[in-house]
Amino acid sequence: MCGMAGIVHFDGSPVDRGLVERMLGAIRHRGPDDRGLRIEGAAGLAHARLSIIDLEGGRQPMSNEDGSLWITFNGEIFNYRELREALQAKGHRFATRSDTEVILHAYEEYGEDCVRRFNGQWAFALWDVRQKTLFLSRDRLGVRPLFFATVGGKFLFGSEIKAIFAHPDVVRELDPIGLDQVFTFWCPVAPRTVFRGVCELPPAHNLVVSQTKFRLASYWRLDYREDVGRTSEVCAEQALALLSDATRLRLRSDVPVGAYLSGGLDSTITTALARRATSGTLRTFSIAFEDAEFDESDYQRVAVEALQTEHRAIRCRLDDIGRVFPDVVWHAERPLLRTAPAPMYLLAQLVRGEGFKVVLTGEGADEMFGGYDLFKEAKVRRFWAARPDSDARARLLERLYPYLPNLRASSLAYRKAFFHVRPEDVSSPWFSHLPRWELTSRLKLFFSREWQAELAGRDAYADCLAMLPEAFARWRPFCQAQWLETALLLPGYILSSQGDRMAMAHAVEGRFPFLDYRVAEFAAALPTRLKMRGLDEKHVLKRAAAGLVPPAVLARSKQPYRAPEAKCFVRPLGEPSRHEYVDELLSPRRIRDDGVFQPEAVQQLLRKAQSGVPLGIKDNMALVGILSTQLLIERFLRRFEPSASAIAPSADEADRGGFSAAEGGGLSVWSATEAAAVS
Amino acid sequence: MNDIASTLRTFVRENFLFGQDTPFSDDDSFLGLGIIDSTGVLELVALLEKQFEISVADDELVPENLDSINNLVRFIQRKREKHEPAAAAAQV
Repeated sequence: MCGMAGIVHFDGSPVDRGLVERMLGAIRHRGPDDRGLRIEGAAGLAHARLSIIDLEGGRQPMSNEDGSLWITFNGEIFNYRELREALQAKGHRFATRSDTEVILHAYEEYGEDCVRRFNGQWAFALWDVRQKTLFLSRDRLGVRPLFFATVGGKFLFGSEIKAIFAHPDVVRELDPIGLDQVFTFWCPVAPRTVFRGVCELPPAHNLVVSQTKFRLASYWRLDYREDVGRTSEVCAEQALALLSDATRLRLRSDVPVGAYLSGGLDSTITTALARRATSGTLRTFSIAFEDAEFDESDYQRVAVEALQTEHRAIRCRLDDIGRVFPDVVWHAERPLLRTAPAPMYLLAQLVRGEGFKVVLTGEGADEMFGGYDLFKEAKVRRFWAARPDSDARARLLERLYPYLPNLRASSLAYRKAFFHVRPEDVSSPWFSHLPRWELTSRLKLFFSREWQAELAGRDAYADCLAMLPEAFARWRPFCQAQWLETALLLPGYILSSQGDRMAMAHAVEGRFPFLDYRVAEFAAALPTRLKMRGLDEKHVLKRAAAGLVPPAVLARSKQPYRAPEAKCFVRPLGEPSRHEYVDELLSPRRIRDDGVFQPEAVQQLLRKAQSGVPLGIKDNMALVGILSTQLLIERFLRRFEPSASAIAPSADEADRGGFSAAEGGGLSVWSATEAAAVS
Repeated sequence: MNDIASTLRTFVRENFLFGQDTPFSDDDSFLGLGIIDSTGVLELVALLEKQFEISVADDELVPENLDSINNLVRFIQRKREKHEPAAAAAQV
């Protein structure tokens, strides 16, 4: 788990080593344990390492035996031991015990198709010295990030956009279409990002770049064709067996593995499976909220007692969220409509402070096994729309979102109005997501007249239409909703803004048993009627978890992970804001200068927030979305200072006399690696 | 009557449209315009209770009473009519 960056010059000019160092410097936080850099012909590959597997032998960039292939790799190939044996049987000889070397030999043996054999979470760039070709790949569900850009005859790539922006030839500006997507779907749609000219390699894609070609191809897709005829009991047994194996593989590490434990079903399952698979102490970590509306401490205690883990929680207050939010946006590299990444950032800090580099998490269960309230909402809306006069059907609306107090207080008449289904909606491919997307799109009201004019006539939904797989129309509505959530929000927000970027800000690697591709494929093909049986979400998973997790956790009603929002930033009228940057970045002058939003509308929103009335979902999203966009402009466009946010070198590194500004960027460690490789 | 409507219009413009000059008529449904959610309904209720000194019962929380400027005006007037004779009687 690490950070990577690099450059390939297809214009024949020599690669500037200093520039590659600078690119890597921007993402130093991802890999504080070691650094490496290799210039090989037209390519410069760099790597910041978080040492987890083969601590001694796994240094990167790494080459094959004859130096014809060089790789820089972020992530884990969990089945590397099995792959290694298979490759050895075919005559490959290994110099290390690392998973990195397995990729090199697998590429030699199977070519680009090698990735289909990997069970893992990866982003890598592999330079073929003889072919003068760069092969980039990203894992199936988008756990590990990979961005790229072309400038002149140069191809740049990096684990984060910062690495690309560290190159002086790159122009840093917002992409209005990327922002339009965020203010519709909550995230940009890869390969687009919110920065013009910077692309994200979509999950499950390979990219091959050479002087003459630029080939982007998908190597894997989830298939929701039902494998019917199985009972719920059989499905549950199969699910448990697969999840146990997925967890076992994700405990492979040469450093200790901890676990996030939220008190919800999903992370209690992964923790329980880890508990079964390990002897000795299991360390778990969680977030507790000062605000009872969001706090899940009671269930965390239940889980901790039942699973006998050694637990630490970080207590999150409103001011904590406001305080770290600028750094959260710096790491997320996109506007956020929710503050929920901020507590995850604080949690990773706690984990790192406790000496852990690796954690298991329960992320992915809601997408794979059908847990989200949005799925339930879509099911009820569709059921009701088939018989709109039925009061019994309409009353099912009362079972939606029980944790939202304002909605709970609504009359049935209003619920009917909120969840109203237009006749034409029923055949929409995004029937499930229409209410969310329409609500979010209302935030574009705040865009400045110039931005509204630029985006006039654009249909953001069409961006989504372009990515629908050919089989989509044949899937059941429930599966279509699952696919949309898995293709858009999972990589675009959950695994990035709330996942990789928050954890790696503190050099912590997340591992996701629910995102093992075998689990994903199995869950996608479950009989649809069992995914949500009636309105019982994650039915198969719950059945699989009986006997594994405490009954109280199994029986609790679902509470999605949320965090306090506008009130983290705004105090009642007359008092200064909680944080100075809020006043500054939302001031009419700054809003006008930056040009994305309308100053008067933002002032009106602020006044409303300051008036003390509880804000609804839309107003909260507007405030967080506007503030985070302003932070993005401040940190990425106005001033771009990656080194200021980089974490200090570890003591271990200082001992080895590595990287330090005092040496003028002299890279003794890298030089030694290279000298050894060359000789 | 005009005062009531204009107070309501100002409230809707400031609170739900954030001062934007989006055109809407007194008959337009707030739900249809997409400017109101469950919290918005409670904001309207708070306005009625505070500004117009009307108490709103749970069974009155329906779009027919609250979902346009004209619906609100009619609702407010109806509530006042009901309320006033009682108040007059109490003074005797």
